[in-house]
Amino acid sequence: MRRIVTAVLRLAAAAAAAVAAVVMATSHQTIFLFGMEVQANFRFTPSLVFFVAGNAAVSVCTMVLLLVPAAAPSLAARLVLMVDVVGVKLKPTETELLLARSYVLGVVLTATAASAGAISDLGKNGNSHAGWMPICEHVPAFCDRVKAALVAGFVAVLLYFLLLMNSILFPSVSMGI
Amino acid sequence: MDLEQGKKAVCRVMQLKDKLISLQSVLRVAALLATTAAAVVMGMNKQSYTAVVAIIGTRPVTQTFTTQFKDTPAFVYFVIANAIASGYNLAVLVTRRLLQPRAQSLAVHLLDMVILALLATGSATAASIAELGKNGNLHARWNPVCDKFGSFCNHGVIALVSSFVGVALMLALNLLSAAAKSPHSNVSGQ
Repeated sequence: MRRIVTAVLRLAAAAAAAVAAVVMATSHQTIFLFGMEVQANFRFTPSLVFFVAGNAAVSVCTMVLLLVPAAAPSLAARLVLMVDVVGVKLKPTETELLLARSYVLGVVLTATAASAGAISDLGKNGNSHAGWMPICEHVPAFCDRVKAALVAGFVAVLLYFLLLMNSILFPSVSMGI
Repeated sequence: MDLEQGKKAVCRVMQLKDKLISLQSVLRVAALLATTAAAVVMGMNKQSYTAVVAIIGTRPVTQTFTTQFKDTPAFVYFVIANAIASGYNLAVLVTRRLLQPRAQSLAVHLLDMVILALLATGSATAASIAELGKNGNLHARWNPVCDKFGSFCNHGVIALVSSFVGVALMLALNLLSAAAKSPHSNVSGQ
């Protein structure tokens, strides 16, 4: 039962992150402003690029862990799970290393969502003190896509932290975090 | 022979346990210092300069341009998040000895996760706005701000770096707590 819950949670988190990355990556709009062709694309803003890259990476890492059984002794599986990190004086066990990796991925996911949220707020409201005008009224389709991707990103963060709690509280079941 | 080896092993485990207790305290004090420094430096971040904007007849008309952290919601959130994190660290350090260690460690661990997420979002938000202020965005016609307000940007960068150090320390604290909970670990907890 717990195995099923863990697998479903992992799949849901990976799917949400993948959806966020894909929706953000397909957001672009071209309009005509003052006679010039102006393009809005996620690639023009480093924060949105970070969002796409971070969500894609975390989604791939989580899905890989779904497919690779945790107790597999083969070298390829161990490399994939990255458990052969030595040189730390406390000699952490496999569970702890996987947990550490899970934590880092969770923090990265949170950071991507936060930075994309900051840029979106700027695009919607602008900043009069810096002379930055809002752009959402000019490119509404782009803004809607970014909004949807952001929602998916925050859902992914929530699911990922649920997954993390599951791994901490029931470590034997969720060995392959 | 075996008994002596057993005693030596127990001694080593006890030393490790003491080291870990002090390691967690040291990490928490360091995180407290880092987040407090970030909040304070960003909270006192303000710069103004006067420039001549027009000349009426022979008299130049000057205007003062001021920028402060309150103008940007991202920086306001950054200061608030760091202040909450430093207050939480202070509270945990102060009440560590008063509560029962068993019940305390789970609550502290969960709250640690929440505060880590809060701090990570605050730092990431401020970092993305700082990057925009430094490089601008040509496509959205957003001009960079740092060439006019150099000192503001420098202080902001210091605060940001301090906050990222705080995030790393909180992550290390979280990992130690989580490692202490796993059943096959040889890492002992608080």
